[in-house]
Amino acid sequence: MTARIGVVTFPGSLDDRDTQRAIRLAGAEPVALWHKDKDLKQVDAVVLPGGFSYGDYLRAGAISRFSPVMGTVIEQAKSGLPVLGICNGFQVLTEAHLLPGAMLGNDHLHFICRDQKLRVENAETSWTGDYAVGQEIHIPLKNMDGRYVADEYTLDKLEAEGRVAFRYVDFNPNGSLRDIAGITNEAGNVVGLMPHPEHAVEPLIGSGRTDGLPFFTSILKKLVGA
Amino acid sequence: MSRTPLDTVEHAAATPDVELPWAELGLKKDEYERIVEILGRRPTGAELAMYSVMWSEHCSYKSSKVHLRQFGEKAPQSDALLVGIGENAGVVDVGQGYAVTFKVESHNHPSYVEPYQGAATGVGGIVRDIIAMGARPVAVVDPLRFGAADHPDTKRVLPGVVAGIGGYGNCLGLPNIGGEVVFDACYQGNPLVNAGAIGVMRHEDIHLAKASGAGNKVVLYGARTGGDGIGGASILASETFDDAKPSKRPAVQVGDPFQEKLLIECTLEAFKEKLVVGIQDLGAAGLSCATSELASNGSGGMRVTLDDVPLRDSTLSPEEILMSESQERMCAVVEPEKVDRFLEICEKWDVIATVIGEVTDGDRLEIYWHGGKIVDVDPRTVAHEGPVYERPYARPEWQDALQADDANKLPRPETSEELKDQVLKLVSSPNQASKKWITSQYDHFVQGNTVLAQPEDSGMIRVDEESGLGVAIATDGNGRYAKLDPYAGAQLALAEAYRNVATTGAKPLAVSDCLNFGSPEDPAVMWQFAEAVRGLADACLQLGTPVTGGNVSLYNQTGEAAIHPTPVVAVLGVIDDVARRTPVAFQEEGQLLYLLGDTREEFGGSAWSQLVHDHLGGLPPQVDLERERLLGEILISASRDGMIDSAHDLSDGGLIQAVVESSLLGGKGARLVVPDGFDAFTFLFSESAGRALVAVPRSEEVRFNDMCGARGLPVARIGVVDGDAIELQGEFALSLEELRKAHEETIPALLA
Repeated sequence: MTARIGVVTFPGSLDDRDTQRAIRLAGAEPVALWHKDKDLKQVDAVVLPGGFSYGDYLRAGAISRFSPVMGTVIEQAKSGLPVLGICNGFQVLTEAHLLPGAMLGNDHLHFICRDQKLRVENAETSWTGDYAVGQEIHIPLKNMDGRYVADEYTLDKLEAEGRVAFRYVDFNPNGSLRDIAGITNEAGNVVGLMPHPEHAVEPLIGSGRTDGLPFFTSILKKLVGA
Repeated sequence: MSRTPLDTVEHAAATPDVELPWAELGLKKDEYERIVEILGRRPTGAELAMYSVMWSEHCSYKSSKVHLRQFGEKAPQSDALLVGIGENAGVVDVGQGYAVTFKVESHNHPSYVEPYQGAATGVGGIVRDIIAMGARPVAVVDPLRFGAADHPDTKRVLPGVVAGIGGYGNCLGLPNIGGEVVFDACYQGNPLVNAGAIGVMRHEDIHLAKASGAGNKVVLYGARTGGDGIGGASILASETFDDAKPSKRPAVQVGDPFQEKLLIECTLEAFKEKLVVGIQDLGAAGLSCATSELASNGSGGMRVTLDDVPLRDSTLSPEEILMSESQERMCAVVEPEKVDRFLEICEKWDVIATVIGEVTDGDRLEIYWHGGKIVDVDPRTVAHEGPVYERPYARPEWQDALQADDANKLPRPETSEELKDQVLKLVSSPNQASKKWITSQYDHFVQGNTVLAQPEDSGMIRVDEESGLGVAIATDGNGRYAKLDPYAGAQLALAEAYRNVATTGAKPLAVSDCLNFGSPEDPAVMWQFAEAVRGLADACLQLGTPVTGGNVSLYNQTGEAAIHPTPVVAVLGVIDDVARRTPVAFQEEGQLLYLLGDTREEFGGSAWSQLVHDHLGGLPPQVDLERERLLGEILISASRDGMIDSAHDLSDGGLIQAVVESSLLGGKGARLVVPDGFDAFTFLFSESAGRALVAVPRSEEVRFNDMCGARGLPVARIGVVDGDAIELQGEFALSLEELRKAHEETIPALLA
């Protein structure tokens, strides 16, 4: 018995197949979900992958947020469905108000692709159980609009509630406030981050590290209690 | 609406004396007369539009064709070649049922006019060539050349080009895994923006650009057709047909990578369901090219109703529709009973698709507009039987003086201090400095199969997750070498790319090229071109790597000043298991450093001569292709059998450049000793070809030496991986910190 984890493909999604591979490598069953389809095929969790859905036209994630599949995702996330948003998926989650704040263009105005050092700040969400608080990991980052912003009140609240899940270490690659790389909702079932854990799951490929695999093993353990 | 009567075939036959603006469209008088002769009447405006774009230098290769034939005539026997020159891109067998298609193309001129869109649409165009072969695109590479790094215009062009390549390629989800960035004043005003792409498919999925089977439907899908990318058509439109319309069309196309991403997915889905008989992308010359090529490569003719083409601008004339280079469009030939399913898939991906015509059993390409027949031609005369020129060529008078100006006689550093200064100067010079500021703007992780990406010697992509089968690609070119001797320069470009592929452990299989030159109307430039093609064809034959396709870019010159002749060569290689790949970075302290190959006093065209003396003269390094092959075999065997842990090709900048790069990437220093019989300067800076630096674990030392000895490859032990500095015994030591600063701060300081 394993978990079925859905990966949504929006028009312009790029890392959907990579995310399916990461789920498979973690031992779970990836299930392809289509943006026009309201049906989540009874998956146990959902990943919104990276990419440029709808070309990032208007605002990153702004159009995808209204796709039929998101209606169901939003509804079920509110009743506990684990949802992970990676990069563009994180942008969709903020646009959908499942997570607070917003993403602006990188402060240096360039696309940036690098192997990024992060610190795990919350190891109690559905997606981070296999990490330890304070653990430093390297996860590839690649984005144009990765600057996390929110008002001071929200930021203070996130900090106070321990909802900053990941923070950039040594180098803030995009000007994100308080070095925030990823956050979670209050219940801990919805997590969004800009770096790409699905590109750090095999020793030879990409960054050559496997620091991202625990995202997918964490959720698997959470779901099947393995 | 047109105020003049529609210029139909009938109308053209009845009005032989109407003057057409053939000269404004770039046709020569004799070319126009030939069109009249072919048709037996004056062409209609639409026919003239088609002939003029298809007979342009860019589409017809009229100046280069007579030379390019050598790539076919001298092609080596290769079992790997599945599709050769003439299709959208060549296809190579890489084993296990996989085929790989790859090609390099230029987008030089548009990128100077509008750097972002010029470069972006260059990526878009080459990627559509790859899709049109039936393959999923898996990576892109970008060989780039700009004017002097500190010239103000470089700061306009380079950031725009880089952002355009990134903006388009990143949005398509294609990892950018290789390429080059070269600065030289000769490219001021004529930057070279070449773009390469690789695609992977199963053998049975190969598709070709041909329209066969009478009754089959011609489907145009993708973006709507707009007025962008029309060069001469505006003249045609405003002078002959309708002067009330906006006449200024942007000549540079505008890219929409999101649309192209949808096009990729929808085309691959249609391929998967075997819905496509023939396919062609719409690039240069747009519909003129797609319809005439599909029709002339197939068995029958084609009838097209231009009124059915979805338009972005309803005021476009038929001539403009035929010439438009709007991006993100493809043309497929589909059997009638499969059309509905094809359209369904397009709809799934929100891609507009329209049946615009059908294959006929005749042999004419007929195009209708508002019920009138405006084109009736033999498509072969448009697509394949354009003019061919035997342009005069002659070795320029200055060539002897240039070669006599021997770089080996330039003053060399006399003290250890000078030597050290020149090392620092070299590794911090724009050409030799780290290009991380540029490459970090490209996604190299997407698709999750990237094994190696720049600054590695070649980019490497995993093709099969189970077996670990992979492909590698490297692109190289050295305009300075080619200026000194175009024949040798082209061979050195091939040799370097071949070596770069082998250095990472992959076996070189096939070649694509992008030949960037000045004006073919200058006999000196034409001689450079002829020599380069001859050199490349000869070398491909000797190395057993056939040219599978490529591109020629001429007229890269401002006034009388042409760019250096710049043949850029891409070599594709295959590796059985990507786990055996060899990286550039030093892996472990204590490993032994070996220099493979012969080092001679060769400084002609070298980075050192340019940097220290602003000099270009003498002869480029000697070419020894048998040595390149042997070196390649040794590097591949050593990688397969685990005898080396890192390897780096030696090229511009020489040994010291390679050591610095391997050290900085691995975060490990090196202690070097000048071997007997060398002077320190030649040891560090010579650019002799056929060489590589390798790091050998001590446990493999004997085995590695024995292998090189048995096969006759000169090998010299030159030091050890150690410490946090690069030290040349008895000469100098430079800390990695100092070197990193020198190497990594130059480009951001100039461009950020």
